[in-house]
Amino acid sequence: MKTFKGRVIAGGKWEGEAVVSRAGVNTLATFQKSAMANKPEVIVSDQNNPDIFGKNITGKALCLPVTIGSTTGGLVIQTVCSMKINPACFLFSQHIDSLAASGIVLAKVWEGSDVIAVDMLGDEFLATVKTGDRVRVDEDGTVTVL
Amino acid sequence: MEFKMKLTDEQLGILNGERGETLAKVMETLVRFGDVFGAEKLVPVTHKQGHLVTSFGIGLLKPLFRTMDELIAAGLKAEGGFTVDPRPIDYDNVKCNPLNKLVFSKIMYSRQADYEAQLAKVGLRDRDAFTCTCYLPETGNVPKKGDVLSWAESSAVVYANSVLGARCNRNSGMLDLFGSVVGFVPYFGLLTDEGRKASWKVYVKTSEKPEAQVLGSAIGMKVVEDVPYVYGLDKFLGSELTDDVTAYLKDFGAATASNGAVGLYHIDGLTPEAKEQGESLILDDAKTYVIDDAELERVYRSYPVMWKDPAAKAKLCFIGCPHLTYAQLVGWTKAIRAALSKAGRRKVALRTVLCTSPGVAKKFRATPMYKELTATGATLTSICPLMYTNNPLTKGTPIATNSNKLRTYSVARYYLDADMLRVIAGLEVK
Repeated sequence: MKTFKGRVIAGGKWEGEAVVSRAGVNTLATFQKSAMANKPEVIVSDQNNPDIFGKNITGKALCLPVTIGSTTGGLVIQTVCSMKINPACFLFSQHIDSLAASGIVLAKVWEGSDVIAVDMLGDEFLATVKTGDRVRVDEDGTVTVL
Repeated sequence: MEFKMKLTDEQLGILNGERGETLAKVMETLVRFGDVFGAEKLVPVTHKQGHLVTSFGIGLLKPLFRTMDELIAAGLKAEGGFTVDPRPIDYDNVKCNPLNKLVFSKIMYSRQADYEAQLAKVGLRDRDAFTCTCYLPETGNVPKKGDVLSWAESSAVVYANSVLGARCNRNSGMLDLFGSVVGFVPYFGLLTDEGRKASWKVYVKTSEKPEAQVLGSAIGMKVVEDVPYVYGLDKFLGSELTDDVTAYLKDFGAATASNGAVGLYHIDGLTPEAKEQGESLILDDAKTYVIDDAELERVYRSYPVMWKDPAAKAKLCFIGCPHLTYAQLVGWTKAIRAALSKAGRRKVALRTVLCTSPGVAKKFRATPMYKELTATGATLTSICPLMYTNNPLTKGTPIATNSNKLRTYSVARYYLDADMLRVIAGLEVK
């Protein structure tokens, strides 16, 4: 069991399964296929990200450095949150990027989403957590890899 | 809600709903977003005309359309109006087969007409306002030095910051509009004097003027989101922002912004802040990056060929991402005609599409050169080639481009300008 302390972007208490991307997550490429097809869950469609390609990330803790890619990224996060097919938590090892931040804020303010986001968990967090691990997130931004 | 930044009474009133629930949500979004980045306050947008990045009615983005409806119902709009990125489709000039058309019109951009109607209601300037180069005179959304903007579109933001000396962060879609609607933006990053200081010293030591798109790519990949101060380019570009120089900087900046995440660069002896403040813009602990011929070649050779068959011949090429300036359009027309003539051809060897703003296109179509261009078989459009390549069906087509931005976000293959002309003339590229 290892504990990491991050900064709360959107708080909440949660426990569940982690899905880990060591590389930046291209938001549009990740969510596009499932969202456009109105699927009940997101199966990652970004073939350029072998860490998470083909994995179900709905209701999971998506652990990542930052998001990358098109400036639609924020709107895509808002969209999947409105469809309630979003990852339950976004756990960033680095400072959250502006596109992901706008997406999380848009989801909270305009969709009333309960999505959780914690950033600045550090490189060691991403080196430690593995896909399939259980993680616990506390209101104060503490993340425990169980 | 809890927040950290200091707000004026007016801003607090808006946040507390004194001017309606929807405007309160707009303000809350900006305040929360600013808090994430440690913004100490909101500052007025001084260049009132906005620029939005989201120009496409992609059916997927349902909350976008719902939010726009909410703004419209509340009677909210960007008081200074706005320009917006290029439209995604133009079947007259960028022809598609029936299947591609079906995917574009019925699946991908199924909400285009509805969305354009929404844009008009919240402040779209006019029907010719669709371009990524809104800052060129033909479109005329030109901020002054020191102006605070609420823009998105990475290539426009980096141009406004660097070449015009305006102040704008790299915003995302929707927040660009919100800042224009409420008239304030969070004060952090590239809006601050400290945030505009360079943490990289880049020395250009090439034997010839470097290709703008490759130089920008090299710098973008190296400094990522930091601010570079570039030495040695004034040797090739001079010390005045002429039309040729600003066109070069447009392409250079777009590559820094897309191959990295650069929002501002300074060119020693050339760009406005570098001319005024010189090396005082450079942070004490700035890192160093030297670019010589070998480094440029290394970067160029590192671009992967993402075509299904890397040995295939290109079937389609896009020139003009970002949109071409008028002078660039004239230059490409002459260059294509000369290349074809030299190769003994009358027509281009592959579908060749030049992209420019509606304003530049209108000006160009009124000249005899337009007929000279179309006589070669090339076409002129004002779409965004990125949005064309977003169609998954286009991934099987070998597309060539001289845009490092298009290369980055699609499977298009990058060619240097001279090689692009050889492709167009049906010649082998070494």
